[in-house]
Amino acid sequence: MNFFETQHLTKSFGGLIAVNDLNFKVEQGEIFGLIGPNGSGKTTVFNLITGYHPISSGTIQFKDHSLNGLPTWKICKLGVGRTFQVVKPLRRMTVLDNVVASAFNHTGSLHEARDKALEVLEFCELIKKKDSQAKDLTIGDRKRLEIARALATDPTLLLLDETMAGLTPQEQAEGVELIRKIRNAGVTIIIVEHIMHVIMSICDRILCINYGQEIASGLPAEVANNHDVIEAYLGKE
Amino acid sequence: MKRIGWQTILIIALLLFPVMIGSDYYRHIFIISLMWVIIGSSWNLLAGYTGQVSFGHAIFFGTGAYTAGLCVTKLGISAWWGMLLGGPVALLVGLVIGWICFRLRGPYFALATIAIGEIFRLVAIDWRSLTEGMEGILLIQSFRSKLPYYYLALVLAAACMFAVYLVLNSKWGYYFVAIREDQDVAETIGISSFRYKSLSLMISSYFTGMAGAFYMNYMAFIDPHVVFSLHDISIMAILVAIIGGVGTLWGPAVGAFIMVWLQEIFRSAFFGLLPQWVSEAHVLVFGLLVIFVIRYLANGIVGDWSKIVGPWFGKKQLSYSSSGNGQ
Amino acid sequence: MDVFIQTFVAGILIGGIYALIGIGMTLIMGVMKIINLAHGQLMMVAMYITYVLFEHLHLDPYFALLVAMPSLFVLGALLQKYLLNPLLKVDSILPENQVLMTVGIAMVLTEIIRFIFHSDYKSVRTGYSTANFYVGAISFNIALIIAFGIAVLLTIGLFFFLLKTDIGKSVRATAQNKEAALLMGINAEWITILTYGLGSALAAAAGTLLLPIYYLFPDIGGPFTLKAFVITMLGGMGSTVGAILGGIVLGVAESLGATYISMILKDAVAMVIFLLVLIFLPGGLKTLTKI
Repeated sequence: MNFFETQHLTKSFGGLIAVNDLNFKVEQGEIFGLIGPNGSGKTTVFNLITGYHPISSGTIQFKDHSLNGLPTWKICKLGVGRTFQVVKPLRRMTVLDNVVASAFNHTGSLHEARDKALEVLEFCELIKKKDSQAKDLTIGDRKRLEIARALATDPTLLLLDETMAGLTPQEQAEGVELIRKIRNAGVTIIIVEHIMHVIMSICDRILCINYGQEIASGLPAEVANNHDVIEAYLGKE
Repeated sequence: MKRIGWQTILIIALLLFPVMIGSDYYRHIFIISLMWVIIGSSWNLLAGYTGQVSFGHAIFFGTGAYTAGLCVTKLGISAWWGMLLGGPVALLVGLVIGWICFRLRGPYFALATIAIGEIFRLVAIDWRSLTEGMEGILLIQSFRSKLPYYYLALVLAAACMFAVYLVLNSKWGYYFVAIREDQDVAETIGISSFRYKSLSLMISSYFTGMAGAFYMNYMAFIDPHVVFSLHDISIMAILVAIIGGVGTLWGPAVGAFIMVWLQEIFRSAFFGLLPQWVSEAHVLVFGLLVIFVIRYLANGIVGDWSKIVGPWFGKKQLSYSSSGNGQ
Repeated sequence: MDVFIQTFVAGILIGGIYALIGIGMTLIMGVMKIINLAHGQLMMVAMYITYVLFEHLHLDPYFALLVAMPSLFVLGALLQKYLLNPLLKVDSILPENQVLMTVGIAMVLTEIIRFIFHSDYKSVRTGYSTANFYVGAISFNIALIIAFGIAVLLTIGLFFFLLKTDIGKSVRATAQNKEAALLMGINAEWITILTYGLGSALAAAAGTLLLPIYYLFPDIGGPFTLKAFVITMLGGMGSTVGAILGGIVLGVAESLGATYISMILKDAVAMVIFLLVLIFLPGGLKTLTKI
């Protein structure tokens, strides 16, 4: 059985088909890139995996569970964490409390949740900001907080939605480092990203979609040189 | 350390107060204030910490009060049993309301609580064989002295605030605040928003029901217009919390004393010092106070305390935390 | 059967007036995303304006519309500009701050009116208040017929405004997507002021039209606020066509309730309908008709 697999995944909003018959597999331990032009349905795929939108048809399977029809919080309990493209800090909680709330996912004890949260903040290099209000963070730190909050739920599969957008080159480099570190800690990652050099440098495999459909998949180099991919991004000549 | 200081002083003062002050009138106002501490804190747990604004806490208050009253008229047992039963019965009502409303998003909960509150009031008026309708339920008070009621109210208010404090410093508290801040995020970090909103509502309705049962025992008279009142109970609960400070542990307690005293001062036309027409203005004053507080002190007196005292004492703006770690 | 038809007709006629209340509330809810818990109280203020004009200037209530509606428009616009809009800039814990503000406004309006006019009941009795004409065995109250007719005209006028004029289109655009509307260069603050004024004016119209067949006291606002949100909920929040349907359904249900159910519980009819809709049809009636 595959670690993660979708079959014929389809989602339509009214008459608009946002995701169309998408099949892909993710192996345990890999970093899997999901790319495509704006509005191609990448975030919708994440919303389907996490149960935020109901699936129109098809299946999503994670380890030995079907995710179809499960509520978002149960999917999280099974070990799927996610970040939001538009960062959503719990604004009037401190950075630490944001992460503590997540860390309660597998424990009922405040003491354990705090320890776990501090550990995650240390790991994400956000420990110095732990007492700041989440609403006061810079964009770079907010993105880190998104990741820390997702990690604190102890996921085995992490969905990262454009965690590099809006960051300086310096911050991007640190972000890449962090993502590698997360993978080395044993977490499988699906990443949606626009910044090409980031995605090319860290992904093991890439799936490129447009209009909710697969147009290419494979190793980064293969996808980058694929004629359809270039056309989707740059338009026809 | 400094904080423990003023809390100890407060507790000693509240314990000694009725012994020092012999006037039953002031004792009465304190008893009513303490009752509002319970209701305000309960409302605040649900609205201030969990983000679910209720316009219908009279439902739980009235349910608790009638539970106590019916113990006497229908079961022939003491109304004090209502102190045990009022909370659980109100909690069950809360559970059903939550089950109906919390599956939906948006302002449905607020709207539904107004509607259900009206239904409860009208049914209580109409179902005369059970409730005696508008004639209400009249009991004989157990104690002539105010002191037993005072200390009971004090214990209940302290228990309620302590319960809220414990909840806020546990997993539940963090989950409640996470739901308030962003329900989508809460779900993605493994929180069943439906389950935890229901839990919050259950705790809130339990204590409000208990306050209702206390009211029945203390006032010895209830009728549907008093205990199921939209304005005098449901809206008052909101005012107590927002004036004191929504999402703060001490806010509702401060708000309760301010509101009850203000009401009393105006009702008595400043203890008879001002002409009688002033006594009719107390609702107007409440309304103006609400407008003022929402406009200028959005976090209430406790929440914006640094903003209030800052200009006078030149203190540095204290960083204000409304998160799950209590206050 | 005659009783039933009679009740039904009366319900539809009163429903036409309720629709006006509902549309006003719906507009406000659509644009500002808030429940206006001062809606009935604004209507009550308009009723007192009409009452004063009738009592002291002997102005016919239907002409008083020309005063009451603009007055309430201005009052509503001022409330929005100086009390509700500033809250958008305040970071507060409860997203419902604006709703709570409307509660405060409602209290103040009621108490000011009570201060001026005291709590006793007032009424405006015109020559046509109790006049009827008959079609077969069914009687039609003339005041109610006129009121219904004016309500329909106002509704048509409003739809023309919303569908055909640029300002009306801006209101609809803001209701659909505030951020997009802002990007299109719509001044959202101005639109909210206009909308709250318009909603208040519609409530004023409903109040004035009701006055010849109703009675008046300061606390009349509360029950009508409840009716207003029941109508809005019935219609599906934010849908103007839904609000018309909701108003008529509520009018008929209340009328039937008053005839066939206990006099006290008839007031609960609206609330029970509301709960049933909430449980079984959370999108409101518009989900049935796909409007």
